[in-house]
Amino acid sequence: MGGNTVGVHAFRNVPSMKLGSAEMKNWNGKLMLLGAMGTLAMSVAAAEAAQLTVISWGGAYTKSQTEAYQKPWMAKTGNTIVSADYNGGLAEVKAQVESKNVTWDVVDVETSEAISGCNDGLFEKIDASKLPKGDNGASPMDDFVPGAITDCAISTIAYANVFGYDSTKFSGDKPTKVADFFDLKKFPGKRGLKKEAKVNLEMALMADGVPAADVYKVLATKEGVDRAFKKLETIKGSIVWWEAGAQPPQLLASGEVTMTTAYNGRLFTPAVTENKPFVIVWDGQQQVFDTWAIPKGSKNKDLALDFIAFSTSTKPLADQARYIPYGPARKSSAPLVGKFQDDKTDMAPNMPTNPANMTNAIVQDVKFWADHYDELNERFVSWIGK
Amino acid sequence: MHPTIDQKALTRQLATAERRNKIKAFLLVLPLLLFVLASFIVPIGSLVWQGGYSDTFANALPETSKLLAAWDAKSPVSEELVKSFVTELKASKLKDPATPTRVATVVNRELSGSVSKFKQVMNASDLASPYKEKLTALNGEWEKPDLWRAMKIVSPSFTPRFYLQAVDLRLTAEGDVKPEGDENAIHLLLFGRTLMVAALVTFFCALLGFPIAYLLAHAETKTSNMLLIIVLLPFWTSLLVRTTAWIALLQQNGVVNDFLVAIGLIDNDHRLVMMYNMFATLVAMTHVLLPFMILPMFSVMKTIKPNLVRAALSLGATPWTAFWKVYFPQTIPGLGAGCLLVFILAVGYYITPALVGGQSGQLISNIIAFHMQKTLNWSLASAIATLLLIGVLLLYWLYNRLVGIDKMKLA
Repeated sequence: MGGNTVGVHAFRNVPSMKLGSAEMKNWNGKLMLLGAMGTLAMSVAAAEAAQLTVISWGGAYTKSQTEAYQKPWMAKTGNTIVSADYNGGLAEVKAQVESKNVTWDVVDVETSEAISGCNDGLFEKIDASKLPKGDNGASPMDDFVPGAITDCAISTIAYANVFGYDSTKFSGDKPTKVADFFDLKKFPGKRGLKKEAKVNLEMALMADGVPAADVYKVLATKEGVDRAFKKLETIKGSIVWWEAGAQPPQLLASGEVTMTTAYNGRLFTPAVTENKPFVIVWDGQQQVFDTWAIPKGSKNKDLALDFIAFSTSTKPLADQARYIPYGPARKSSAPLVGKFQDDKTDMAPNMPTNPANMTNAIVQDVKFWADHYDELNERFVSWIGK
Repeated sequence: MHPTIDQKALTRQLATAERRNKIKAFLLVLPLLLFVLASFIVPIGSLVWQGGYSDTFANALPETSKLLAAWDAKSPVSEELVKSFVTELKASKLKDPATPTRVATVVNRELSGSVSKFKQVMNASDLASPYKEKLTALNGEWEKPDLWRAMKIVSPSFTPRFYLQAVDLRLTAEGDVKPEGDENAIHLLLFGRTLMVAALVTFFCALLGFPIAYLLAHAETKTSNMLLIIVLLPFWTSLLVRTTAWIALLQQNGVVNDFLVAIGLIDNDHRLVMMYNMFATLVAMTHVLLPFMILPMFSVMKTIKPNLVRAALSLGATPWTAFWKVYFPQTIPGLGAGCLLVFILAVGYYITPALVGGQSGQLISNIIAFHMQKTLNWSLASAIATLLLIGVLLLYWLYNRLVGIDKMKLA
């Protein structure tokens, strides 16, 4: 009978826990936690220095931001910052804005999402002309690289979607071109790709011989899209899909794939700090800006603006490169970029913006994706489902 | 003698007492009722509602919506329609600056490229009468019917288009329904795959769970308690951890492959591919859901009297006949409950298949999550989710007809 009681008890408890699915629960839990933190922030704010909730992508990336932006800002203003992680996407922001219970003050989003979120009224408009001048005296509009400033978001860094390989897996020739990624005969093994239309379609076209400058022109036509999917089809059976930025280095390290696309910083860090045999191929790299945006209705809007102005000024942007090889969005930061935190590795050659890495590179066209995101993703999702 | 009066008074008294009891009982269940209302009925109601209702367009451009409804989708658009569209779109910006682009996003789902064309209109400052000419001068696309047809499709607030899209059908501007193009048709395939995966997982859970439940129910209390804890142990571990553990076990350089290579069963160059395919999905899901099968079966088997099988044996039945004719039929309520639970849970699974399933790990719930998180097309996500819910309810009804829900024993 004793056993039976245990069974009954545990059993009754479990379905409610499972039915919502763990991720949903996790998500709700995070929201609730953030909600609680937001309320706490408000009640504290009245009494003493204010508290800002800053959301980013976690891991080495958030760490680089904490060191270069958050800590100096907190020291300067006396305010505190609560950091939390998310996995991209606008769902949480949308939920907060639509329920008029905004607990996030600053969110790190990719430019394309910053634009579509801006279109959907999820983010506050930011007047970029009020940002501080560069350390060399350049006005902010001139100092930021083209495309770094949008209506609702200010870029901090440019990262690159690259592909990398495990150098121990190929004894003879090593992959050097984006076309090699699709060459299963010469370079056997599985391929890791992000489960999204963006990046993959451009990569497929470049591998198929489309010059970098024409990629979006070709992709805007029906034939171009067919061509990209046809190229992807050639390796479909060997693809392992990843979704979070931390997965590709794991897939490479475990030997599950021999080549994978990744954010360049995610391959750099294990290669340098853990001596993993990962090699980045810069041919066909696709640069994307990461930006700060303020969810519409944030209760600390002015403070959030102050934080954004501070963190996107010349020195903090350059400081961040000490922790992760992502290129600063301001031109005036570039000369200040020095060595990695180990004080040995030069950062410049590892930056996506390094001229030697830019011989065949594109900058993700956010306007193109604003127009075609739904259509191409729909087709992409149905393609991988089949 | 006035028995009737007495009786009336008595009845009244009785009724009062009963009513009081009823109120008390109602008050007792009230918290539960409110809970169910708040956590099930309202959300599910809004889910069904959102799948068929989307008023972004009609709210921003009410007059244009009316004119579009009257338009036949073929003849050239009238100056009146164009004028109303331009003025209302410009005016909608005053209420909320994001409205025009929000409307454009909705139209863009029907016709790619609409966002930039709407932006052109918003940025143009010289749009005045004659509107049609001016708009065409801005972009030749406005002369073609395509953009207007797309707007006609999205303009009604109440619309079947999301439900249609959820079953791979498209609504045309004329109001006809046509099948989705081959490139984009995916939902029916995934509904089918989801049901198949759920059915297979249920089958494997039943196959593996039955002997375990039998062992649990018939072992000595001490042993069975121990075993029960082992069965329940996974419940105390996060689902993600259990799923990731399977990745560590099954991947190319995983524990299983390493072991097989070490004992010489397979060659190092020909490691088994057990990860990122259907096999991995079935293994991981069966493992995660197995306790939901074992527990109801266990609680039912516990109540089966051993005397019955013994009696059958003493009357000359073979062990198999005694099991099959006497024991097994009595386990049906537990088996049924377990199957129903596992099946319903499996239908809604998506993290496990997404992580371990690779190409084949794309199930209908992944599409729902995709539209929730990536495209923000919550109406379509709601429509698919509603259909999934209806599917599950149908199965529940079928189960009730075949086995009978009153016979089901959860624990």
